[in-house]
Amino acid sequence: MNSRIIIVNVIRWFLLLFVQIFLLKNMGFYDLSTPFIYVLFLLLLPFGIPNILLYLLAFGTGLTLDAFYDTMGVHATACVVLAFVRISFISISLNRDAIDDPEPSLSYMGFQWFSLYAFLCVVAHHLVLFFLETFRLTEIGYTLMRCGLSCIFTLLIILLVEFIFYRRTPR
Amino acid sequence: MRNLWIFISRYNAFFLFIIFFIVGIYLTVKNNSYQRSVTLNSSNEVVGTAYERLNIFKRYLNLGMVNDSLAAENAKLKSQLLGLTTIDTAKDVKVVDTITNQQYTYLAAKVVKNSITLRNNVMTINKGTVDGIKSGMAVIAPQRGVVGFIRDVSAHLATIQSLLHKDTKISVTLKKNHALGSLVWGDGNFDIKKAFVKEVPNHIKMYVGDTVVTSGYAAFPAGILVGKISKANVATNDNFLSGELNLFTDFSTLQYVYVVKDKKAEEQKALESLVKPNE
Repeated sequence: MNSRIIIVNVIRWFLLLFVQIFLLKNMGFYDLSTPFIYVLFLLLLPFGIPNILLYLLAFGTGLTLDAFYDTMGVHATACVVLAFVRISFISISLNRDAIDDPEPSLSYMGFQWFSLYAFLCVVAHHLVLFFLETFRLTEIGYTLMRCGLSCIFTLLIILLVEFIFYRRTPR
Repeated sequence: MRNLWIFISRYNAFFLFIIFFIVGIYLTVKNNSYQRSVTLNSSNEVVGTAYERLNIFKRYLNLGMVNDSLAAENAKLKSQLLGLTTIDTAKDVKVVDTITNQQYTYLAAKVVKNSITLRNNVMTINKGTVDGIKSGMAVIAPQRGVVGFIRDVSAHLATIQSLLHKDTKISVTLKKNHALGSLVWGDGNFDIKKAFVKEVPNHIKMYVGDTVVTSGYAAFPAGILVGKISKANVATNDNFLSGELNLFTDFSTLQYVYVVKDKKAEEQKALESLVKPNE
């Protein structure tokens, strides 16, 4: 891990959280669909990151969001779940020894792999997030609908951002 | 032990996940009042249901004991019943009449003629001397509220000088602090739903909404609801306070009234007549 990767990730963290807290927090369609773009930071952390550091970063990012959303622990838990899904998916879909790309972004991994990766992570994150927020199973239909619509919204924005910053790199 | 460490480090992602997830859930439940209340409530429900089940079971175990006690009680009651049925009741009966100990008795009467539009209103009821009605008895409304006094009595009929009359004065008190006053109607007000409380001492604080009840000093029993103050502390020229009140009695729809018979009225009148006015 050289210093360039660290600087890029720090800048990305600040940018994404800034956008999330000051712009997307105020957005939402009929209280049904709310985008959570900040998960992109966790998705784009480099491959070589140790598990414990990944969990700590996920937990810390979640807690920062919680501080601004006044939902202590909800985002943190959802981010931890996302980290677990990320580790599991990468270890299943990629051969650990053969990974030579620095980070799991669209530019390096291609649309198919990245979209599936982002989809699974975002769905896991949003399911945990919305169910922890509702905290009961009686409104399961409404919660699932909110979750599904928010997933679509978040994924759309994530793919949009990734395409904007797409760099044609030799694979 | 070494194998355990290898196992844990091999699946470190999962174990770390468990640790962080538990911490996250703990933070959520600890710091958010809504989530905490849901958790507490559902756990209370679980505990409560468990206790309920246990209670049903316990009741079943106690059935034998309950049965025995019921049988014993049954036997006792049956023996008492036997004792009662064998007594010759016609022979020697001593009835303790609690009714005659009561000071006030009510007699229901139907209103046969009513007037509310005049300055001095009088109504007629279908009970008279035959029913034990005497002049000066108090009359109250069925649910709540006062009506007036019996004025003239014939054999089967009687007239009531209702509250809506210039000579009617009823002794009342504020329920809150027992301040005395007298209830009058008229004086520039001819609304049948309103009356005045007059001659309340000046140091008394009267508020809108205070309940006014009868004092019990005159023919009325104490505590009959009269009305609620609607305008407090009306200034008058004398040294007393006045207040306007909404009457509970609806004189326009009065169908039945209760005549209050006071057992001790004669006694009280006789006793009080011994005191000379300007002694």
